[in-house]
Amino acid sequence: MSMSKSADAPHKVEKETGIVIPGDDLGEIKDKLAGHGVLEINGRFTAVKKGIHRVKERVVSVEPIYSKYTPRPSDLVIGYIEGCTNNIWFVDIGAPFNAILPMSLGPSKAEFGGARSVIDIGEAILCRVQEVEETHSSVVSMKGMGLRKINSGIVEQLPPHLIGRIIGKGGKFLSDLKSNSECRIVVADNGRIWIDGDLPGISNVRKIILELENKDFGGGN
Amino acid sequence: MGGYGDVQMIDENGKRMDGRGPADLREISIETGVVPVADGSCRMIWGTNEAIVSVYGPMEAHPRKIQRQDSAVLAVEYNMAPFSTTDRMRPGFNRRSKEISKVTKDALESVVLLELYPRSKIQVNIEIISAEAGTRCVGLTAASVALADAGIPMTDLVVSVASGKINDIVVCDLNKEEDNYGEADLPMGILPNTGELVFLQMDGNLSQEEFKQAWDYNMNAASEVHSIMKKALTGGDSQ
Repeated sequence: MSMSKSADAPHKVEKETGIVIPGDDLGEIKDKLAGHGVLEINGRFTAVKKGIHRVKERVVSVEPIYSKYTPRPSDLVIGYIEGCTNNIWFVDIGAPFNAILPMSLGPSKAEFGGARSVIDIGEAILCRVQEVEETHSSVVSMKGMGLRKINSGIVEQLPPHLIGRIIGKGGKFLSDLKSNSECRIVVADNGRIWIDGDLPGISNVRKIILELENKDFGGGN
Repeated sequence: MGGYGDVQMIDENGKRMDGRGPADLREISIETGVVPVADGSCRMIWGTNEAIVSVYGPMEAHPRKIQRQDSAVLAVEYNMAPFSTTDRMRPGFNRRSKEISKVTKDALESVVLLELYPRSKIQVNIEIISAEAGTRCVGLTAASVALADAGIPMTDLVVSVASGKINDIVVCDLNKEEDNYGEADLPMGILPNTGELVFLQMDGNLSQEEFKQAWDYNMNAASEVHSIMKKALTGGDSQ
């Protein structure tokens, strides 16, 4: 009996203990490890961010309530072209620093000086983060399934920590939204959402998304 | 300071002009998320002081020459609104605001984990809407709340309180009259969880015993203010 029980939930010892703020004591270290938003100070765990305190298996972490987008490799992001040279585009992905998109990772080769005829300044692209350096500069790529220049629909911006709400548990909220509105919806990791479809569908989805955002205001943040 | 020695600001029962005892703080309330476009923000009302702090960033530091390759730069701007005082203040920077911006920056730099954001900048704007006395303390305390609200990693919050001397008696949290006609003022920036000091100034003279008394008042007040900050940040009602 006990064996089947443990098979249902292997190591699921997750504990939520409410919201903590920087400087809060999170207990003794013992055999535990510090996760995100946690530092070891004077032999004890200390929260360094405002967020939800979680203990999962051996890892003590603080999941931030609000944070700016920081790119990580393989993130799907929507970016706007801010500038370009002969063989590089500079892409605003909502992070502290612009990402670069080299011609070799772009959608197609251009003649020398023809970068703007492939993707022009101000246009939106769906791309993937290729690598992030220690100095926070990053490289994005458009080589991959579904990565493209965005030519139709609209792009909506949400704070990145709220995208979980749009996806919902197991992606349910998003799939319901997609089937109800008959729109193509791409939720990128930097909080930008591409909605494509017919006009009533787009405006409907947009309304729902903005409502989700406003629910947050005045509450936790 | 001083020169008005005969102003009676505390009566024989230890009651001050606004009815507080020597160790009492003025009323404090904190509200976060008051500036929707900012990454983090906070409004702090402390007596009749009011400060609004907004935090932007981390973002790319401009111009490039101010970037540091190993850490972020913290840009703190303290400003008093022209209408914040009884006499209209000339708007813009002056020596006083420059000094307070600098000491606030130095205090915050010791808690914010700047090394996590190389080449970036974190902008902290402190705007004093209404000034009574101790605006540097309000500004610093509110700035640490706004930074925490913006999700910036920091090892602790900073609580700043001032104690001073009026009519040869040490009291906590001076108001305007006590600040103007009192003999000394001791603002301190305290890390509430460890009791460490990140900011200390003294205006006027205090004897060793008086200094110790003022220190104790500030330390006790710090934990009181910290619980209000915590309530404001964790979503409970401020107050």
